[in-house]
Amino acid sequence: MRGRALGITLGAALVALLALVPLIGLHVPWVLPGTVDVVNATGTLEVLALCFIFAGVALGYDVLFGYTGLLSLGPVTFFGTGVYVFDIALSRWGWPLASALGLTVAVTLVLALVLGAISLRVGGIAFAMVTLAFAQAFYYLVEDNPHNLTGGDTGLALSSTRLPALLSGAVSNTRSLYWLALVYLVLAAAVVRVVTTSATGHVLVAVRENEQRVEVLGLRPFGFKLAAFTLSSLVAAGGGVVYILLIGTAVPSAVASTTLTLSILVMVVLGGPGSAWGPVAGAFAYVYLQQYLLKVAAEPSFASLPAVARVPLSQPQFLLGAIFVLFVLFVPGGFAGAVARARARLASRRPAAPPPRGDA
Amino acid sequence: MTVLADLTFSALALSAVYFLAASGLSLIYGLMDVLNFAHGLFMTLGAYAAWDLTTHLASGLGAPTIFALGVGASIIAGAVVAGLTELLLIRPLYGRPISQILVTIGLDLAAVGLLLGGFGSNSLSLPVPLWFFEATHWGALNLPNADFVALAAGIVVLVGLEWFLRRTRYGIIIRAGVENRDMVRALGVDVGRAFTLVFVLGGAMAGLAGLLNSVVFNGDLVSPLQGDGLLIFAFIVVVIGGLGSIRGSAVAALLVGVVQDFSNYYLSSHPGMAEIGNLSVVLLLAVVLEWRPRGLFGGTI
Repeated sequence: MRGRALGITLGAALVALLALVPLIGLHVPWVLPGTVDVVNATGTLEVLALCFIFAGVALGYDVLFGYTGLLSLGPVTFFGTGVYVFDIALSRWGWPLASALGLTVAVTLVLALVLGAISLRVGGIAFAMVTLAFAQAFYYLVEDNPHNLTGGDTGLALSSTRLPALLSGAVSNTRSLYWLALVYLVLAAAVVRVVTTSATGHVLVAVRENEQRVEVLGLRPFGFKLAAFTLSSLVAAGGGVVYILLIGTAVPSAVASTTLTLSILVMVVLGGPGSAWGPVAGAFAYVYLQQYLLKVAAEPSFASLPAVARVPLSQPQFLLGAIFVLFVLFVPGGFAGAVARARARLASRRPAAPPPRGDA
Repeated sequence: MTVLADLTFSALALSAVYFLAASGLSLIYGLMDVLNFAHGLFMTLGAYAAWDLTTHLASGLGAPTIFALGVGASIIAGAVVAGLTELLLIRPLYGRPISQILVTIGLDLAAVGLLLGGFGSNSLSLPVPLWFFEATHWGALNLPNADFVALAAGIVVLVGLEWFLRRTRYGIIIRAGVENRDMVRALGVDVGRAFTLVFVLGGAMAGLAGLLNSVVFNGDLVSPLQGDGLLIFAFIVVVIGGLGSIRGSAVAALLVGVVQDFSNYYLSSHPGMAEIGNLSVVLLLAVVLEWRPRGLFGGTI
């Protein structure tokens, strides 16, 4: 119990610190991902807000992957639904903010229940493939620009006429959007925490460990799996809404592609699936590193490097993929697993505690 | 009537490429429980190997010879990279299926990133003999030569694979392993070697599929992301056919190819339905799963 209280205190302190960041005009060289080396510069705040958004999405995804043991390859279907339904309702139909939000939740809910019910008919690898197929269908649909709704590859810009002044995409509002993203992350973390520590959460873990035994106990695993699927979809859609408010344009390759699905999966695995803070740490590391590497690659001195070094280093996708491979091979359980092993080693005072058994 | 015949023929060619992509994937899954995300990479690398070799050969060799060498390069590149993947990345993770999937995802991301950095995101043009883009006339029918090549490759590989799996020692070990891996191991057979072999075989077919995909459907272009696009359809074919079943893959490839090509031809001209071919394939998947959750031939090879 003391460990949990400590965790919550640490988390709260971290959130308080992050909430203060937009007010700190400190000059820090080298480490910031934006082009201006000031902590509360627009570029830095935007990257941090992206970290918050994907941390929330990763936490929601982990309910399905880490806790319930279902490898879904379709979180972008729901992230993209959040982005597009909200954007279309505001920008194409000129709906008020509250109605647009209501519609987004309703559509996500129905879509999650329908697609979840179909894809959960199969388990394991087939489930992964079916969710991937649905995600791809979603991608084709938005890329296709049906009835001129989604804008296709050219994208759909968010119209700010129906938005409160604070949230309209002007650069001066990055600060309030930053806070909104932080609120989203805190909410997502709270919901995921409550669900995973509840009785339902324990059933989800039981489904992961032994589905037949859950059935023998008189519970229907299907209902629990569908609940996890729906919760994770709603969290993803919420992330999509905050994303479109922050970025201001919906492009299929950025919000609905398989690459984004894989990124979310990479974040969760880097951080440690099934842990309270692992996916958050993974998302921060991933998004921050990606943006930072892009910044480094754009620097003039970079162009003078020989091609052997320049080509791989200019591709964040290569570096992140390689880091990911190394983590899967050598750091089972990601950051959270490494920390748990270090603590176990300290506690037992033996020089080398055996690594935890079982799969990543 | 001629439209129907032309369409059927192009659908068969598409099915052949899907089969080449899916059969290796299905074998790898059936034997090892590995969902190989790097399969798309093997396809892309096959096409790039062919591009790299054929653009650097002297044109004095003649277009057909150059292309034949390109085919060889694509098969060898796919096989070698797949074999190395199994030995270096999959082997250390035996017994951890989720980690094996993840490692192939990481490999795919990293290698495609490297291709994007090295060759750029634009498509490159493959030197292909003009004969491929001509058509053979049979009465009123106009059958593109490239489609013949794809179809022939698909049939040769299907027959060869069936022969290999039924008549050779290693083929029989692979079939037995798909059926019951632990029993095969208990009988003292080195299943590890069969694992590598399945990857090499699958990689070779994937490399060829990548090259054919460029030549037959992308008008001779190769691009870093082409394999990942094809991979999704290969996954769908594998699930519809039943994981681990070669015949299932063949039948499902036919089904997917026909559904995609026909719905594309008849429906995509309607407004807002340009992607109907791809969407109908996903719909087909949903219908098959509702009807038979284990796929058409689930559990048999």
